[in-house]
Amino acid sequence: MIEINDDLCKGCDICIEFCPLNVFLKSDTLNRKGYYVPVIAEEDLCVGCRLCELLCPEFAIIITNE
Amino acid sequence: MGEYRHRLMDYVREEIMPHRFCVGCGCGTVLNAFVNAVEEIGLEPTKMVCVSGIGCSSWIPSPYFRSDTLHTTHGRPIAFATGVKIMRPDLTVVVIAGDGDVSGIGGNHLIHAARRNIDLSVFMVNNMIYGMTGGQVAPTTPSGTKTSTTPHRNIEPAFKVADLVMTAGATYVARWTTYHVFPLMESMQNAMTRKGFSFIEIISQCPDNYGRRIGKPTANDFLKQFRDDAIRINKTEGMSEEQLDKRIVIGKLCDRERPEYVTQLHEIIREQVAAVKREKTK
Ligand SMILES: Cc1ncc(C[n+]2csc(CCOP(=O)(O)OP(=O)(O)O)c2C)c(N)n1
Ligand code: SF4
Ligand code: SF4
Ligand code: SF4
Ligand SMILES: [Mg+2]
Repeated sequence: MIEINDDLCKGCDICIEFCPLNVFLKSDTLNRKGYYVPVIAEEDLCVGCRLCELLCPEFAIIITNE
Repeated sequence: MGEYRHRLMDYVREEIMPHRFCVGCGCGTVLNAFVNAVEEIGLEPTKMVCVSGIGCSSWIPSPYFRSDTLHTTHGRPIAFATGVKIMRPDLTVVVIAGDGDVSGIGGNHLIHAARRNIDLSVFMVNNMIYGMTGGQVAPTTPSGTKTSTTPHRNIEPAFKVADLVMTAGATYVARWTTYHVFPLMESMQNAMTRKGFSFIEIISQCPDNYGRRIGKPTANDFLKQFRDDAIRINKTEGMSEEQLDKRIVIGKLCDRERPEYVTQLHEIIREQVAAVKREKTK
């Protein structure tokens, strides 16, 4: 499972750009801090490679086995 | 999208998260790789001391990593770390600081610590700029690029810091980027578990105070360049210096055994203490 923490994400778009399966999409609504938190659009495509989790500068993504 | 607690939050100072780094700053990714590496090798933060200098990169361990930390003066973290290691050789001592700090003002500490082969791990975040103070040219800024103090173009060549440290005598030297997160994490594990002077040059991005002056205002502009320009060291054979200058050579530059400084120093101390005791009991 992919989890994104809305309060930690700063909307840098790194996960959107580098997920090899294009799981994330840019959101069109701001979070309460004024950042565009990515939308998990295609969770079923995720292969659990954890690249997004490691690249994220904010500890805002975690991939779990659930 | 729920609120969840990241499994590594025990390793960082959660109470001050989110950190103060700009959007997409590589410092956050280096912190992420670092705590993953620490967890992976089962290092207890209470058995570590992290030392940093002055600059954005120096904020990675202090205040964000939950070990004892020394946030020292600009350019001096390796000198402070040497003192810690000599007094407490049982602790894992890690220096995390910027390119300006470690290779500019602190350059002499760096080469002599490598020459002496002091058992430290030094992770230098090379964002090619003095980030914190407003984007001034650094010894690592690529020539030809604009910075706030080279508004036309930088006429200096950039230091290849990892190569310098290898030549100076370090036992373990590697270069990675903030795009190459998995090998970076593994390399940090190797650096922290082996004895001797270990050095990792981490090519990183400062979108705010460097990127926006050179037409790379976002993290992704840099990360795509790191991905495309990187070349593994074992693929560089036969390439000219000119060809290599356009690339980022990544991988392990050296991994060798040399006598370590602190161990030898304590051997001498033990010998001398024993000699004094013998003298007294005569
Ligand atoms: C002795 C001294 N000289 C200069 C400064 C000003 N200063 C603070 S941070 C810095 C450069 C930081 O660059 P770097 O080490 O690369 O860190 P970054 O912010 O890029 O991560 C400078 C010159 C200082 N604090 N102390
Ligand atoms: S990489 Fe992290 S901070 Fe950046 S947009 Fe994705 S979740 Fe947010
Ligand atoms: S774990 Fe890999 S496949 Fe899954 S969302 Fe993250 S980057 Fe994409
Ligand atoms: S100024 Fe540069 S190095 Fe400092 S936090 Fe911002 S992006 Fe990072
Ligand atoms: Mg710097």
